[in-house]
Amino acid sequence: MGEVSFHDVSKRFSLRVDGELHHVQALDRVSFTVSDGEIVALIGPSGCGKTTALRVAMGLDPSSSGRVTVDGREINGCGHDRGMVFQHAELLPWFTAMQNVMFGLEMKGMRGQPLRATAEKYLELVGLTDSKNRRPHQLSGGMKQRGGIARALAIDPSVLLMDEPFGALDAQTRESLQAELLDIHARTKKTILFVTHDLDEAVLIADRIIVMKDGRVADIMTVPLARPRPDLSIVRGLPEFNDTRYKVWRALHDEVTVH
Amino acid sequence: MMVDIADKQSKTAALPEAEPAERRALPRWLITFASITGMLIFWEIFGRQINPVFGSYPSAIAVAFWDLLVSGQLWSALYDSLRPFLLGYGLAIVIGVPLGLLIGGFRTAEAALGIYVTAGYAMPLVALVPLLILWLGLGFTVKVAVVFLMALFPICINTWLGVVAVPKTLIEVGKSFVAPDLVILRRIVLPATLPYIMAGVRLAVGRAVVAMVIAEFFTTISGLGAVIINSANNFDTATMFVPIIILMLMAVGLNSLIGFVERTVAPWQAEIAGRERE
Repeated sequence: MGEVSFHDVSKRFSLRVDGELHHVQALDRVSFTVSDGEIVALIGPSGCGKTTALRVAMGLDPSSSGRVTVDGREINGCGHDRGMVFQHAELLPWFTAMQNVMFGLEMKGMRGQPLRATAEKYLELVGLTDSKNRRPHQLSGGMKQRGGIARALAIDPSVLLMDEPFGALDAQTRESLQAELLDIHARTKKTILFVTHDLDEAVLIADRIIVMKDGRVADIMTVPLARPRPDLSIVRGLPEFNDTRYKVWRALHDEVTVH
Repeated sequence: MMVDIADKQSKTAALPEAEPAERRALPRWLITFASITGMLIFWEIFGRQINPVFGSYPSAIAVAFWDLLVSGQLWSALYDSLRPFLLGYGLAIVIGVPLGLLIGGFRTAEAALGIYVTAGYAMPLVALVPLLILWLGLGFTVKVAVVFLMALFPICINTWLGVVAVPKTLIEVGKSFVAPDLVILRRIVLPATLPYIMAGVRLAVGRAVVAMVIAEFFTTISGLGAVIINSANNFDTATMFVPIIILMLMAVGLNSLIGFVERTVAPWQAEIAGRERE
C-alpha cells in the first residue's frame, strides 16, 4: 500500500520583501494521485511550488485549503507513513551513519536487537555497510545521500518523498545514485514522489512527470519506458527517452518568458 | 616503464616544495612558551628598577610564592576560595544551560524571560553586593551567590543564541520522523548548540574568577582575596601578586580543561572545523 493523493490543495503565504508585504500563491488547487509503487517526478521552474507541494505532503507545512491523503487517510502533520529524503541529506552531524538510520527507527518506537538489525539491513541496501560508523563529515556527498535514503526507507513508509535528492551531487555520482534508486525501487516497490529540476532525471526515473507552473499542475505526462530500466545509458539512447524529454522540455517552455 | 619514470620525477619534484612548508610551521606551544619567556625576562629587568612598593618582578614573586606555600597559608586560602567558586560556577552551568535552551526553544519563554537575561548580563553586580549581604549574610552563601550571578548570564545568553542558530532543516529532520519536542531538544538542538554552550562556559570562567575576588573583598575577607588585601595593606607588593597570578593561571587551566571536555564530548565539532588536535 502506498497511494498519495492531492485534493485541491492550495497554499498561500505572506512574506515581507523590503518592507512590502507580498502574498504568494505557492500552490493553486493542485490535484493528482500517485499510485502504489509508482514513481512520480514533480518538475518545474524555481518558485513553481514543487518543493512546497512535497513539504505539504510531508506535513512540514500545512496547506491553506484542500487535503492530502495517504492510502485514503487525510494527513495531519508528519507521520511514519511518509519518509522524507532531504536535498542535502541532512544527516545529524553528531551521529554516525548507523545512528542516523537508528534515529528514525527509534522515533517509530523500535528498540533493542531489531533496531540494529533493521538499520544494518537498510545500510546494506544503499551500500553503506562499510562506512556505517562514520560521521557525516567523513562521508562524500553521494554517501551522505545514501544515508539519507536509508534513514527514510528504514521506517518502512508507504511513500518516499524526495526533495531534489541528487541536485547537489556531481554528475557522475548523480548518475550512479539514479541507477541505484531504480534498483532500490525494484526491490522495495515503494511509492516515490520526488522533486527535481533535472529533465533527464525526471524522464530516466519516473513513470509519470507532473509539470508545475505558478503553483498549478500544468501537465501530467506518462513516460513510455518499461520497467525495469537496468541500464540507464541504454535508456538514454532510446527514441522514447528523447521524445519524452523533448515533450517535457516543451511543456516547461510554453508560455514561459525567457529572461 | 615510461609511467614509472614520470611518476618518480614528479615525486622528487614535489619534495623540495613540501619540506620548507613543514619546517615553517612552529608548534603552537613553542610560540606560547617563547612569548611567556620573553615577557618574564622583560618584566624581571624593568621590574627591578621600580620601588618594590609600587611594583614587583617575577623572581620576587616566586620567593613570596614559596613563603606562602611553606607557611601553609596558600593552601588554606586556595581551599577557602575554590569552594564557593566551584559551587557557584557549577550551579551557573547547571541552571544557565537549561534556562538558555528553554528561552531559545520556546517563543513564550523568550518573550517572557529573555529581557531579564539580557538585562542581567549588564547588571552592575558590585553595586548589588551590599544588598546580597543583607539577604544572605557575610559567609559562604553570599560568595556562592555572587559567583553564580556573574557566571550565569554569559552561559545562558550563549546557549540561547546557540539554539536560535540551529539550522531549521535539522529540526525538520526530527519533525519528519515525528520526534517529540523533548527529543528534538535533547538529541538535535542540544548537540547543535554545544559549541555555543562551551563558548559561554569559557567566557564565564573569567567572570566567575573576578566575582570570587569581589565577594572576598566585600564580604568576610577570606581566601585568596584576603591574601591580596592583607599584603597590599602591608605594602608587600610581591606577595600581593601571588594570588593574582594563581587566579590567572587557574582561569587558563580551566579554559584548557573545558576545551578538552569539548573535544571529548563533541569530537565532530573540531573535525568539522578541520582543526588539528594539539
